[in-house]
Amino acid sequence: MRILSIWYDLVDMLLPFEWTSYTFMKNALLAVLLVTPAFGLLGTMVVNNRLSFFSDAIGHSALTGIAIGTIAGIGRPLWSMLIFSVVLSIVVLIVKRANTASTDTVIGVFSSTAVALGIVLLSGSGGFNKYSVYLIGDLLDVTHVDLLMLAIMLFAVILLWLLIFNKLLIASINKSLAKSRGIHAELYDYIFTITIALIVTVSIQWVGILVISSLLILPAAASRNISQNIRQYHIYSVAIAVISGLTGLILSYFWGTASGATIVLISAIFYVLTFILKLVAC
Amino acid sequence: MKMIKNDKWENNKCGLCCTKIINLGVSRGKFEILRNVNLHFHCGELTAIIGPNGAGKTTLLKAILGEIPHTGELIFLDSNGRKTNKPLMGYVPQNLEFDKSSPVSVLDFFACAYSNRPVWLIRARKIREKAIQSLARVKAEHLVDRRIGALSGGELQRVLLALALDPLPNILLLDEPVSGIDRNGLQLFYKTVSELRENHDLSIILVSHDLDMVARYADHVVFINNKTVECFGTPEEVFNNDKVVETFGMLLLNRNRDNDLHNKENEL
Repeated sequence: MRILSIWYDLVDMLLPFEWTSYTFMKNALLAVLLVTPAFGLLGTMVVNNRLSFFSDAIGHSALTGIAIGTIAGIGRPLWSMLIFSVVLSIVVLIVKRANTASTDTVIGVFSSTAVALGIVLLSGSGGFNKYSVYLIGDLLDVTHVDLLMLAIMLFAVILLWLLIFNKLLIASINKSLAKSRGIHAELYDYIFTITIALIVTVSIQWVGILVISSLLILPAAASRNISQNIRQYHIYSVAIAVISGLTGLILSYFWGTASGATIVLISAIFYVLTFILKLVAC
Repeated sequence: MKMIKNDKWENNKCGLCCTKIINLGVSRGKFEILRNVNLHFHCGELTAIIGPNGAGKTTLLKAILGEIPHTGELIFLDSNGRKTNKPLMGYVPQNLEFDKSSPVSVLDFFACAYSNRPVWLIRARKIREKAIQSLARVKAEHLVDRRIGALSGGELQRVLLALALDPLPNILLLDEPVSGIDRNGLQLFYKTVSELRENHDLSIILVSHDLDMVARYADHVVFINNKTVECFGTPEEVFNNDKVVETFGMLLLNRNRDNDLHNKENEL
């Protein structure tokens, strides 16, 4: 944990304020700097592929993952949440490819079923209130192990984006076109969808089930308003995600509000601003 | 001057490599879409596929592309008569269904198609120059920095054509859009495509809705109706076939009449 003590010293030196003197704030600050860039990057493709509703469904399915974990007697339900979200995303893709109903209907069916199952299981075992922390999340409760996990997650997202982004992009523009160029569009569909499921699930305990998909979608949606190409799209999206994250965290400290939701509100302000900019430019 | 032209012709266009489609059939579930399709394409030729809506023209293209499963055989022979399992295919889809508000520039589009350098991070001059070169082939180099969602139907079609030609394919499959392209755009498109046939060693297969353009530019015409090929030949042969006349009726009659008028004017 040598790196962490360097981070603590750095914060003390650069930000000598009252709110940064607490270790939990230093941890939360680092967590925000690790989570938001990953969300800013992934969000661009979530919005491009119209997966907003899907990421919402994955967030909600976490409830069922928690319930299954609780019943199976796993102390920390992260593993059952991860497995459940990956299974759910694969099932959604398979049913989607069968072409029996429109994508939003398929996702809606699974999302509702998963949430209902989660509520039934949790309320039946009498443990619902104990897990309500997952609904709004708690950024101030980040442990050292969590920080390590978030760092690995950010690294994995950047690596993935370096390796397969071009193929994801062309598959998102048109599947037939991608196929004619020898790109296995379905494979990349699976890789991306499962990645989203994993990242959303890992981040849920800090951001909260209710607002997690907003954090994924808002920075990219705001960036889209003012971008002309993919590079601008990414730069603005990551910048908006990080700035909203830091501002939201600090404000939530002073206001005594939930940090996840505060961050989302700040990104929403960015969306409104960029939307106005777009209108003015037109 | 003529010698040089001849040389070029011999170097670039062999006319020997070919694509054979033998007894091809496509079904989705219990529903039969195509059956008993037998065709033969040579490189350096433009073959147009015509037929009424829903006859299976796009399905045939997708089967050749390998996008949907089919029965029967597809054989690609190169200029030495060797079988090649994987000829390079270029494909221009009918409707590029994508999000028009997407912040993807034409350059991004090209870069993500033929390079692995992540377009969100790197802007390489080499890739930009390569994209401009490809675009110049279809007289669209001025579009390189535009968003693909902001292009007109004709501009988008030319960009897609440029992309399909890079790398230069053995078979170029074109699915012409039903609407959204003005007459001038269409004319330019056909001109570009028929120039390609003259200068490069590739077979062009085109699904078309414009009989006029087909008559003017195609070497062969395939008429698809009732789930199979009902007529195959030169434009003259096909357009005078009873079944084709019956399907296209007035459209064809008008065309023939216009042609007659045109010929008479020329005679005068």
